[in-house]
Amino acid sequence: MEGWDPNTKSTLTQIPLLTTKAGPRDGAAWTQRLKEEYRALIAYTQMNKSNDNDWFRISAANPEGTRWTGKCWYVHNLLKYEFDLQFDIPVTYPATAPEIELPELDGKTQKMYRGGKICLTVHFKPLWAKNCPRFGIAHALCLGLAPWLAAEIPILVDSGMIKHKDDAASSNES
Amino acid sequence: MEVELKEMLDDLQSLRQSLSDPTLRASIDKLQSRVDHLTHLAKSVPVRRSKVKDMSAEVVDSNPYSRLMALQRMGIVENYERIREFSVAIVGIGGVGSVAAEMLTRCGIGRLLLYDYDKVELANMNRLFFRPEQVGMTKTDAAVQTLSDINPDVVLESYTLNITTVQGFETFMSSLRNKTFCPSKEGSGVDLVLSCVDNYEARMVVNQACNELNQTWMESGVSEDAVSGHIQLLIPGETACFACAPPLVVASGVDERTLKREGVCAASLPTTMGVVAGLLVQNTLKFLLKFGHVSPYLGYSSLKDYFPTMAMKPNPQCSNAACLERQKEYILAKPARDAEAKAKMEAEASAATVDLPLHADNEWNISVVDDSVLESTGGTRSDALPEGLIHELPSADEFQKPPAFEALDTGIVDLEDLRRQLEALNAD
Repeated sequence: MEGWDPNTKSTLTQIPLLTTKAGPRDGAAWTQRLKEEYRALIAYTQMNKSNDNDWFRISAANPEGTRWTGKCWYVHNLLKYEFDLQFDIPVTYPATAPEIELPELDGKTQKMYRGGKICLTVHFKPLWAKNCPRFGIAHALCLGLAPWLAAEIPILVDSGMIKHKDDAASSNES
Repeated sequence: MEVELKEMLDDLQSLRQSLSDPTLRASIDKLQSRVDHLTHLAKSVPVRRSKVKDMSAEVVDSNPYSRLMALQRMGIVENYERIREFSVAIVGIGGVGSVAAEMLTRCGIGRLLLYDYDKVELANMNRLFFRPEQVGMTKTDAAVQTLSDINPDVVLESYTLNITTVQGFETFMSSLRNKTFCPSKEGSGVDLVLSCVDNYEARMVVNQACNELNQTWMESGVSEDAVSGHIQLLIPGETACFACAPPLVVASGVDERTLKREGVCAASLPTTMGVVAGLLVQNTLKFLLKFGHVSPYLGYSSLKDYFPTMAMKPNPQCSNAACLERQKEYILAKPARDAEAKAKMEAEASAATVDLPLHADNEWNISVVDDSVLESTGGTRSDALPEGLIHELPSADEFQKPPAFEALDTGIVDLEDLRRQLEALNAD
């Protein structure tokens, strides 16, 4: 974890770790894992809110908890940029991490695989592999998506690849 | 059209004869050769070859299998025609998978199952197989189009899905289990699975499926920098599975703010991909048709033209539960395997004794000693170290049991409750 900023580090230590190593095909064990996922997500969301650093919404899109959808946002130059957020829990979870997707940004940045999957290979996958099964969805958002947004969004905005929704609306009117 | 062209040629001929100026003859000749060329083109309209019932070894231009059946005459393969009974599943129809599919199709494989969820893009054109006019088609559809033209005898099944999702995985598993092509076959419905995917997640999924089905498979890969690659044979329980030796993960300690911006675009070369596909299918043919030595692992480093080989034993502490089950079964089946090997050796020995001695006299009392005899008299185990070396750490047969469900789970906390709590947080 050397090289990570102290904020991320201290946040990370406060997200509850998970214990059950189970994937979506593991029946009751998966339900147990899902409970742990919820606990971690609830704790992380509460922490973000109390630190005035609320930056995502996520909820299960199906009863099995294998597909998750929501929103995430990033503030750059006092403007808020919001994006749809989605991912599937892979069958080999938690041995492999979820592939987080921001479909609206598909094709707009090189740091992305097809279908809007953000690139986690260098900064996140090694951490996930080392911490299996203790890391869950909350950790993936904290260590995978958050740094990605922090690195990518300013560049995408400054290069004009993405526009703030107010700007986009006004340019449409004119 | 042919008639028109013929009349045009006749017209040109009469024009040439009626011309008094010889300087114009050259251009008339040029016109004539162009019409000839057109006539030739018109004759070679594409024809689809019809299906062939039996593979024939007859050496005629029209036999698509004569060169393959010649493998029998050359003493390489005992019964080549068996290839029509085999089913091979190819996961990932990219730079390696599509070429492997074409090779197996040209070899007359019985059935191919193709899995991919991607579409053909212009960015794929630096590799083999797909053509620019197929851009936009799914890779599976485009592959079926080309492969069924090349060899209509092959039964092609295409699955446009992502095997890493729960639903895709179920379809993947049931398609591998389906035995309608060859109901008499033991085990699953396919003889071999070839993994030609480009990422760790998908490899782990193929590994999971094959461990659960006890299905032998081969893994292939080309490095991100396009100059090296590898193929690997994975027999559940017998050789290391893909999760037995996880890739070396080293957290490089990157600062998230300095995340590289080079992009995730990997390099690729048609050459390296073609070589790896060739190695993969060669190993596949050796495995299916039982000739030569099937490599457990073969690397290819193109910068030095280095081809390392090695074998990997399964990891008794593998994180994959299905792998551990297969390992247990493999160990339990050892006596049967030993008996079989012994019977085979005895049969070979008895066959050898029937033969007359190679030399009638042996003036110098030279005798050949079997290597295996020497080894067994040494009384060492196969995994013993050479003299003078000791293992620093004890071998860990008992490893940490994963912590059981902790007291943390009071059981009272309901999943629905937790979901509502998160939704409440999400609401404001």
